[in-house]
Amino acid sequence: MERLRTLTLNNTFDEHFIRLVEEESGQQISKCYQCGNCSASCNYTFVYDYPVNQIMRLIQLGQKAAVLSSRSIWLCAACTACSTRCPCNIEVTRVMEALRVMSLREGIISIKDVEVFYEEFLKSVKTFGRVFETGLLPIVNLRTGRLTNDMELAPKVFKARKLHLLPSIIKGRKEVAAIFDRFESWQHQKMAHKG
Amino acid sequence: MFREIAYYPGCSIEGTAKEFDESVREICKVFGISLREIPDWNCCGSTPAHIYEPLLSAALSGRNLAIAESVGFDKVMTPCPGCLKALKGSLEAFRDPTKKEDFLRILNMPFEGRIKAVSIVQFLIEDIGVDEIERNVVFPLEGITVVPYYGCLLTRPPKFAEFDDPEQPTSMDRLLGAVGAKVPHFPFKTECCGATYGVLRKDIVGKLTGRILKMAQDLKADAIAVACPLCQQNLDLRQGQVERYRKESFEIPVIYITQIIGLALGIEPKKLGLHRLAVKPNFLFEMSRKGKENFVLEKQT
Repeated sequence: MERLRTLTLNNTFDEHFIRLVEEESGQQISKCYQCGNCSASCNYTFVYDYPVNQIMRLIQLGQKAAVLSSRSIWLCAACTACSTRCPCNIEVTRVMEALRVMSLREGIISIKDVEVFYEEFLKSVKTFGRVFETGLLPIVNLRTGRLTNDMELAPKVFKARKLHLLPSIIKGRKEVAAIFDRFESWQHQKMAHKG
Repeated sequence: MFREIAYYPGCSIEGTAKEFDESVREICKVFGISLREIPDWNCCGSTPAHIYEPLLSAALSGRNLAIAESVGFDKVMTPCPGCLKALKGSLEAFRDPTKKEDFLRILNMPFEGRIKAVSIVQFLIEDIGVDEIERNVVFPLEGITVVPYYGCLLTRPPKFAEFDDPEQPTSMDRLLGAVGAKVPHFPFKTECCGATYGVLRKDIVGKLTGRILKMAQDLKADAIAVACPLCQQNLDLRQGQVERYRKESFEIPVIYITQIIGLALGIEPKKLGLHRLAVKPNFLFEMSRKGKENFVLEKQT
């Protein structure tokens, strides 16, 4: 059973955290006055460990570990209802996005399956230039140990002639792979600069 | 009238959303719009690229925009709201002075950032127009109730979408009204369907997509109109999974808005890929058949 967590705030306070998140997201988190509009708009609170307004408050309270290891940041679907309705004009979706990037960088992702899915997706894009839907699911299933996941959908897709047995490979796949390579070296540089 | 615009299909259009592509191309033909696919386009990276770092997403989409610009286009249309978000993210990175330099370095292609990106719904409303569509209706879909489901990204966030109202959008309502359908107020029109969690978390899609289907059923909708491959997949292809999760039956066809418009314009159901939907829109096949018989009769008399 997934349960709400409790924290002893003094023991886990990180004074730099709010500044880092503000820098990374380009949003002024200190402006949040906890009206709760984001949580009221969020369709995902039922699977979160902290509702999104509490994530905002935890950032203000310098609770880096709790925030970066939360389920909430990885279950946010970036539907942007929160950003649309925030009375302080904070793009909350941007904040959640920045937290995911930071969590990934620190290797403390709460939901490993999601990471596997994203990793395999990008591998497919880097290899072929486009994502190979048919090949992606079996690999994700294999890596996450859910062998039969969604297999019942295959006949439906096959009957509609939507299932491709071969990937769509573009001519410029090397150009695409080079974008990934330049991105990775940019990321390393940025990390070294910060580190 | 003959116009040519750049077309970015996106990966799902080549696979699970094939009928979206077919119907977009068919209706554009009716209005003399020639869609020119961006040569050798690549995947926008979708959510995964965005999660790893928005700049990766921006650079991947940047290649597509740069190619389109080099061919001489000033507007690109894409059926997929997810791809649209990525294309717009690319333009945003280019315009942000704190990101521009890094973006261009990762992209490493000439890029002017003058191209505009729009969804098919925005294109239908702004470039073709509701009146023009209404004028071309051959088989009005009278007597059919369709609820419009916009999903998250077509109109949100407003600063980014620059289209319609983020809370109470009406563009799809107007398009459906133009082809003669009855369009009730649909309170879940912009609620999230569960996005990519269909793959890993059936409980999320079961709950979120489930309540959208239930609301459509309560409103006695014959069909749900959509404009997003991912929404369509959750509502249609996964409808059986959702039915098992909720222990109730829906059997509601979930049809791309371009397929519905196409049908009213008199295009063959098969050309619009209506047979590819998981929940078969049998009433539409029947209507189209009857409509054609009536049409032939009217012409003869």
